[in-house]
Amino acid sequence: MTVTSVDKDVDRLTLTIVADFTAPVERVWRLWADPRQLERWWGPPSYPATFEEHDLTPGGGVKYYMTGPEGEKFGGWWRVSSVTPPTALEFTDAFSDQDGKPNPEMPTTEVRMTLTEREGGTRMELRSVFDTREQMEQLAEMGMVEGMSQAIGQMDALLAA
Amino acid sequence: MVVDGIADETGETVDRLFHALADGTRRDILRRCVRGELSVSRLAAAYPMSFAAVQKHVTVLERAGLVTKERRGREQLVRTDPEAVGRARQALDELESAWRARVDRMSGLLAEGADDGAGPDAPDPHEHTTKGPDG
Repeated sequence: MTVTSVDKDVDRLTLTIVADFTAPVERVWRLWADPRQLERWWGPPSYPATFEEHDLTPGGGVKYYMTGPEGEKFGGWWRVSSVTPPTALEFTDAFSDQDGKPNPEMPTTEVRMTLTEREGGTRMELRSVFDTREQMEQLAEMGMVEGMSQAIGQMDALLAA
Repeated sequence: MVVDGIADETGETVDRLFHALADGTRRDILRRCVRGELSVSRLAAAYPMSFAAVQKHVTVLERAGLVTKERRGREQLVRTDPEAVGRARQALDELESAWRARVDRMSGLLAEGADDGAGPDAPDPHEHTTKGPDG
């Protein structure tokens, strides 16, 4: 498995995930830095992501939407707080409203991603922190609902095949 | 991946969850009650259906363990499961599932390209025509 370790800290509302890739750091960095590559892994296959804006500079923004099986769109944005190519990226990940503007009522997570060379490959360490416990619970409820809806959608597709 | 998290539960519980979540109105009720309790009558006012029909939906959600119902005076108040720690843990589980899936896809992309840093060209998106049409 690529994922080497996962740490979940409920009290600190933090998920830390460590993954090891055989590819060099610059190559892994391009998965984040090239929007055309990013959209091939950010969203699940049934909810592919399309990145409309992608400005990886401090203060810059990234705008995307994911398209569901029935054509429904879920918008998201990142606010980039710091970037050190090709090894580190920090951003706020949040939902957007219908007009693509940040939606203050929806939960946000702070993401810090670092890449380090390790045994000829790359270690990616990703830390994701929820803003507040309320937001975390809200996201759980939504994730549950969306995830289950998605699972049901996939079952429908199988049954229709 | 999300389903994995509840695979340990009995099949009956999972069936109830799926049944509860398979309906658009019930999913909407869940979303509305995430932030606080709402009375059944207030919920009923939000949908073009009878009070009894909405009440039935709430009962299905309640049996699936997704909401709790509390009678206060003449009102029945509906709210999502208040087990905060459980849900917080679940949020992290969700996030973990999402990131595990993403890392898998990243690995797939890295394995796919001949570009391992020594390649003559940067990866050209036109080389990878496996991507389906948008939408």
